[in-house]
Amino acid sequence: MAASYHRLPALRAMAHGLVIGIFTILLGFPFFWMLITSFKQTGDLYNLENNPFIFNDKPTLEHIRLLLFDTRFVRWLLNTLVVGVFVVAITLALALPAAYALARLTGRWGQRLGIGIFLTYLVPPTLLFIPLSRVISLLGLQDSIWALVLVYPSFTVPFSTWLLMGFFKSIPKELEDAAMVDGLTRFGVFVKLVVPMSLSGILTVVIFTFTLVTQEFVYALTFISPEAHQMLGVGVPTFLVRGDVYYWGSLMGACLIASLPIALLYNLFLDRFISGFTVGAVK
Amino acid sequence: MAVGARAGAAPRRGPDRGYLLGAAMFAPAALYIFLLIGLPFALAFMYSFSDARVGSEGMSFVGLDNFASILESPSFRKALGNSFIFTIASQAIVLVGATILALALNKPFRGRRVVRLVILLPWVAPISLGAIGWKWLLDSLYSVINWVLIHMHLVKQFDPPMWLGDPKLAMLSVILVHSWRLLPFSTVILLAGLTAIPKDIPEAAEVDGAGFWRTLFEITLPMMRPILNVALLFGIIFTFTDMTVVYVLTAGGPYDSTQVLPSLAFFTGILGGDLASGAAVSVFMVPLLAIVAYAMLRVAARAEVV
Repeated sequence: MAASYHRLPALRAMAHGLVIGIFTILLGFPFFWMLITSFKQTGDLYNLENNPFIFNDKPTLEHIRLLLFDTRFVRWLLNTLVVGVFVVAITLALALPAAYALARLTGRWGQRLGIGIFLTYLVPPTLLFIPLSRVISLLGLQDSIWALVLVYPSFTVPFSTWLLMGFFKSIPKELEDAAMVDGLTRFGVFVKLVVPMSLSGILTVVIFTFTLVTQEFVYALTFISPEAHQMLGVGVPTFLVRGDVYYWGSLMGACLIASLPIALLYNLFLDRFISGFTVGAVK
Repeated sequence: MAVGARAGAAPRRGPDRGYLLGAAMFAPAALYIFLLIGLPFALAFMYSFSDARVGSEGMSFVGLDNFASILESPSFRKALGNSFIFTIASQAIVLVGATILALALNKPFRGRRVVRLVILLPWVAPISLGAIGWKWLLDSLYSVINWVLIHMHLVKQFDPPMWLGDPKLAMLSVILVHSWRLLPFSTVILLAGLTAIPKDIPEAAEVDGAGFWRTLFEITLPMMRPILNVALLFGIIFTFTDMTVVYVLTAGGPYDSTQVLPSLAFFTGILGGDLASGAAVSVFMVPLLAIVAYAMLRVAARAEVV
């Protein structure tokens, strides 16, 4: 659209700025509101006479203090980290070899199996959670974060395999062939050449897996009930509410603390994630 | 070893060590996925023809009884209809919004990186937390949206809209919040597609006097069609099968007015303990999923040909 600015430049630039401005406000406002709410005194939050956009009383850290010391928030954060670390490990252990096999070794079948693996990504948790809830209880894993460590790779492995496959395909075949002429086995090439060359792809998968673990809601809600064993995504909306009382200040603080680091990390790797979603429709 | 050396030259290889190693490297992932997706997928169908309940180990088959009883249930009919309204309405909003936003973001401007970060937040933040943020924005008493509307004299102070309490407004809220969540995702997908369109084609059209709107509708949008398809297909999946926004905002209420198939499956099968009926409800998502999967395959196949 660059050339469109030859005509009516001022009007176009204004329309452009307006579009960007409106969408930024619509999409970003809830997070701005979380920020304001987290630091407002309770009396200020619940006084209908007050203008909600300004601090009528002094800002306070009381909600954050409550969140960190009087709730299980920190415990949920740790649970989420532990599950994340284990799911990342399982995902890499399964997806790295699978992706290499699809990219290089299975020939014509590679393409079909690759698409097959991609399709499993379309099977939603809300179809599987009922049978899985019984499987989990048969395994004695209900109410344990290990249930999630077991189940989460079922959606992180397909997507990671798909992403890594693209990375491996971009490594020049000649390089691998030369290494084999020099005496490495095919598996040796994978371990000593391909994996070290794909560190940025692996990092992408690590970040992506971590964000998926943090965002997941349905399985965590289904498999785990006790307050102490919750993940962030379920613990915050369910256990920061007592009866009918919402601790809005702490709730909004929790949402913000849990969202921002992931958003920053995700943003760094955005383009790579997107290439995994475009199904080859973009070259 | 010879396999790899030949691989570069010969496009077809016979069944040799390459295949064996490939199978061995692929098998663990395939097995994991089969056990945790394939098997439960089959079990979901099995349960829907059974009388499985939470707490009892065994089950027996009851044929179509579950389907007969859920088809009679008003909650189910409401949820089925709502699922389609929810999906169609939010996809319409998301596709139009994302196209406009992607076209705007495709042009370089100052502060684009910061804008992109803010715009992405709804998609990247855990959706249950984004939804609880909206629950506060739409609160019956302290809604800042109502405060603004009251001060602009658009609504009456003592009769403000009950966003989550009124059945029609609750459905609208759920649709809008879900669209808010999905819009960034569709936007970045479309942006990826836009960067692949050679810039000089729309530019040449405008130089030839086609004008902004004609260029948009006759050149740019048609060229975006494959990527619009991809964004739409993912959007349908992520909407039709999601229950998070509904669960956090309204829990399906008031009076089932925002109940959708996945949330009803959860309330029936998990909270209600009736695994069989819950599975029967969730199985109703499968036909649409199959259609989307088929369409996705066609998009992928076409991309290979081009």
